[in-house]
Amino acid sequence: MLSTILQPLVYLILSVSLGLGFFRLVQGPTLPDRVVALELIASLTVGLIVAYTFFSAQTAFLDVALVLALTGFLTAIAFARYLEKGGQRDD
Amino acid sequence: MIDVLAGLLLLAGALFMFIAALGAVRMPDLMTRMHATTKAGVLGAGLMLAGVALYFAEADVLARAVAIVLFTMLTAPVAAHAIGRAGYFVGVPFWEGTVKDELKDRYDPDTHILASPPEHQEPGQG
Repeated sequence: MLSTILQPLVYLILSVSLGLGFFRLVQGPTLPDRVVALELIASLTVGLIVAYTFFSAQTAFLDVALVLALTGFLTAIAFARYLEKGGQRDD
Repeated sequence: MIDVLAGLLLLAGALFMFIAALGAVRMPDLMTRMHATTKAGVLGAGLMLAGVALYFAEADVLARAVAIVLFTMLTAPVAAHAIGRAGYFVGVPFWEGTVKDELKDRYDPDTHILASPPEHQEPGQG
């Protein structure tokens, strides 16, 4: 009863959010904006994995969410370093 | 009863993540977009993980959920700071309604040097 309503609803909300994040990723207008969009997409994917863990009861997926959160952080830091140490000035 | 509460937490987390994505699309410049995605994103992930931890109520799930929440809460501000700093140095334009930019006359984008604020400069240094 709970999951028949909740499951499509949560997946729908997160999918629409992913679409919005992808829109910002394509739209830009500058490279830091795209990096912010990529970070948002990474955190939304963590949310999707957590939702799938909830509905499938396979708790091993939480490890994947942890690793993905770590990778998203490293990506953001790497992009920031690239921008500061002589990346392109205008996008 | 616990199931309903966990489901509500999951739904609330998903809604906060939606707000984060909405902010990323609707906000006018880089800083305000980061403001939306960082805070609402962390809160959304935290609420969803709280729902999962409550739903399963097992020690290993709780440990993983706490680890992910702690890690996200530690890293999201650092990442946002790094991107905001890089964006400022690259020269990302601000929204026209921005009221405060304390580095405006102090930062030289060509030499990458930040001058001291006027009230801290020694006399005669200019």
